[in-house]
Formats: sequence, C-alpha cells, structure tokens
Amino acid sequence: MTTATRGTSAEGTATDLPRLLPASQQPQDWPAHHARHGPIPYRGAPGRLIPDLRDAGLTGRGGAAFPVHRKLAAVLDAATSRRKTPVVIANGAESEPASDKDATLLWLAPHLVLDGLQLAAEAAGADQAILYTHAERREDVGKRLRQALMQRRAAGVERVPVELAEAPPRFLSGQETAVINHIGGGHAIPTFMPPRVTERGLEGAPTLVQNVETLAHLALIARRGPRWFRQVGTAAEPGSTLCTIRRADRTPRVTEVPLGMPLRDLLGPLPQDGAVLIGGYHGSWVPAGQAVRLTLDNQSLGTAGARVGAGIVITLPPASCGLAETARTVRYLALESAGQCGPCLNGLPRIAAALVELAGARPRRQARADVERWAGLVTGRGACHHPDGTARFVRSALITFAAELDRHERGRCSGTSRQPFLPVPRGQARTEEDWT
Amino acid sequence: MSERLVVNPIDCAGHGACAELLPEMITLDEWGYPIIDGRPIPPALDKDARAAVSACPTLALRLLRS
Repeated sequence: MTTATRGTSAEGTATDLPRLLPASQQPQDWPAHHARHGPIPYRGAPGRLIPDLRDAGLTGRGGAAFPVHRKLAAVLDAATSRRKTPVVIANGAESEPASDKDATLLWLAPHLVLDGLQLAAEAAGADQAILYTHAERREDVGKRLRQALMQRRAAGVERVPVELAEAPPRFLSGQETAVINHIGGGHAIPTFMPPRVTERGLEGAPTLVQNVETLAHLALIARRGPRWFRQVGTAAEPGSTLCTIRRADRTPRVTEVPLGMPLRDLLGPLPQDGAVLIGGYHGSWVPAGQAVRLTLDNQSLGTAGARVGAGIVITLPPASCGLAETARTVRYLALESAGQCGPCLNGLPRIAAALVELAGARPRRQARADVERWAGLVTGRGACHHPDGTARFVRSALITFAAELDRHERGRCSGTSRQPFLPVPRGQARTEEDWT
Repeated sequence: MSERLVVNPIDCAGHGACAELLPEMITLDEWGYPIIDGRPIPPALDKDARAAVSACPTLALRLLRS
C-alpha cells in the first residue's frame, strides 16, 4: 500500500509530491511513464549532468546519503586516468527486511529508475548497466522489470544495454562491495576497502553503484533541473525521500515525503512512553517524547543519535517489549554477519545472547555492562559497517529502553503481547550456498 | 610523510604477533584480535611497527602513507 503526502515548500506553497511514485498507485508502463515524464533528456556526453546533480544537492537514498555528484566525478576521474570504461549498477537489493520502498518504486515506476540508470551511465561514460534486485518480494518485480526492458528496447530509448542481476535474500547482499562480488560471480559478501569501487569495482572497472531511488531522483533532476528539486526539503538536505512507515497494524506504508518533515506529521499521535525506530536495523531507537520534536533529516535526527538511513520509521506498538524486539532482531543480524572479521564474528553472537538475557526476567547486572562493552569493541572494526550499525541499534535500545531494563531486573515486563512485531526473516545458518 | 597502521579485518586471523612486537600501539581484544591505534606512527616506534607488519602470518597488517 502506498500513500501520497503533500509537501510544503519554504514559501508555503503546495508542491508536487509524490514525484517518483504515480499518484494513481497504478504501475506505469512505458506509454504511461512517457506521457507523464516525457523523453529521456540525454546530455550527449559524459560528465554534463554532474553540475546539475551538485546544484540539486542529491544524496544517495540507500542509507549513506553520500553526494551523488562526488561519486560520479570519482568514477569519471578513475575512468580517465586509468583508461577503463566504467560500469553502472542500480542497487535495488533492499535487503533490510523492514524496508519496502525500493520494491514499491520498482513495481510502480520501473521506467523512472531505468531512465536514471541510462542517464547515470551516460554521465559516467559507462558502456554497461546492471540492475540488481530481489526478483520477488511481495510482487513479481523481476517480471515487471523484464517487461519494462522489452518495452524500452522496442521504443529504442536505451543507449546502454541493461542486464538484470538477482540479489540473494541476505541482509548484506546490498552492501556495495558485496554487490560487486556477487555480480562478478562470487559470494554476496563484503570485501575490505581500499580501493574504493569507484576506482576499481566490477572486474576492475571504475564502478558507480547507486540505489534505485537515487536514480529515479536523478532522472527527474535531469528533466526539471536543480531548482525544481530544491523546492522541497531543507537547504542542507534538499528534495524528497521515500519512507517505509510501519505501525501496530504491521502493514508497511510507503510514502514520499519532503526531507525535513516533522516526524509528528509523518507518524501521527504516539504513545506517551512509546519508542520509534528510525533508520531500520542499523538505525536507532528514539523515545517517542523526543521523536515528536524531530524532523526527518540528518541534521535534526543527528541530535538524537539517529539518521534518515533508507527512510524506515517504525512505531513500536504499546503492547510490545522493545527489549524483546531488539533481542530478536539482533539475533537475526548476528546470523547475517558474513563471519569474515573476528570482532563481528565473535562480538555479534555474544551481544545477541546477552540481549536475550536482558529481554527475559531478572537478568544479571553484568549482562547490560557486557552488551555495552561489546558494542564498543565491535564498532569500526569490520570490513563493512555491519558491526557498527548493529552496535548503534543495540546501544540506542539500552538507552531508550533503560526504564524497561530496570523493570526486567525486578522480574517485570511492560510488554503484554508476545507476538513478534519487527519483520525478521527466519534465522538462517550460514552455508556456502547462501551467499551465491 | 607520516604512516599509519591498518589491519585488513578479513585477512586477520588473530595470531597476535603484532601486539607482542608493538604493544605501544596494538592491544588485543578479549577474542585475540588487534585493536590498532590509527594515529601516525611516532618515529621512535617506526622500526617496531615495521617488524609487526613483517611478522603478521596472514599479511593482514599494513602501513598506510597519509
């Protein structure tokens, strides 16, 4: 289910949201897409789109919010200095189980993403483009994309050939170096940087990996320009972003909102002692009383130790115990470690086990101290950010649910429902096949 | 030009030789993996740092010029 949210610009005028998703909520085929957005505004040479992307202030919508123009310029520089033709990869793996925005975007507006992929390929001077996604989540996205590509070939609008690649259903399969490993024929697990993939990525070529939503924004900036893009959002963090909102009814709601939107307006009334999870399973729990004073941008969320990430905002239902939910999710995250780096391999299972104790009745006082120490010990010590993100999530839980921890030490729990709330795939043991 | 120590955490197998040779900048965590002081290596420790890099059985420890 998706909903459109009207945004308001600094001047107070109503704006044109949703920009990416069709207002009709109906999947857009090529004729419908073309009627709404017009032809693909190719620029005729590499690099020409970069100043527009810089002026627009577009940042990656996959979670890291890295400036798109800088990544593109890095790929272009590497291509020139190393005389190697770059590759562009659209990342729609969305391996975060709580997120549904990329799958929704690909389902409803595949052509906008594919336009962005073509324009990014042109801007980088690439001769190869790959769209990396899960074939099926709630809908048969793979089939939709194959149809979309056939329509585009028939219409003769593609300049760079596009291949589809399938992401394994694992948490880390969307991590940038894991994407490249997997497309290159290896396991979908991270490698240690440097070199950066913009320098040396797929088969050694300078590689641009951009989230699919980022490419959809890029396709619109190319058409309407940076000033249009900045009509919503904040001066520091312009534009709109797709969000996945989850509440007690468990049905994810994907909505496109301006950055800087008050969480109060996004979430509606919150329970007094409630909590909100912002940024997904590598994100942060924030007490409801604090969340209602924040806006959806990194400047504001940063004051609460949170980040927009991939736009996941989850309200914990009053019946659920935040500690139990955290423990169950961290168990999943520990099982999803690629197991390559010592601190992650050793630390995450220990943190997960201690959290199970804290989520139960009368945990030892030592368990809380252990979790805090291990969270510090794993941070910054992996090849990827999986230990860092998991530690951030865990620490925010210890702070946000401090009163609940005290209750558990006295043998009580404020949760009344034992039904799991946060979506977590069944724990899977690691085997070689899982990563291929 | 200053140099810093960097460990590739995927290659590191926790042998611990580095911490023995350069305890001023490398300690081991409770699982035996190195915690590295990432600041520039002081000249007085330059020789020991090179010895630690050479002694790593998995070639996981490197010097990075910055």
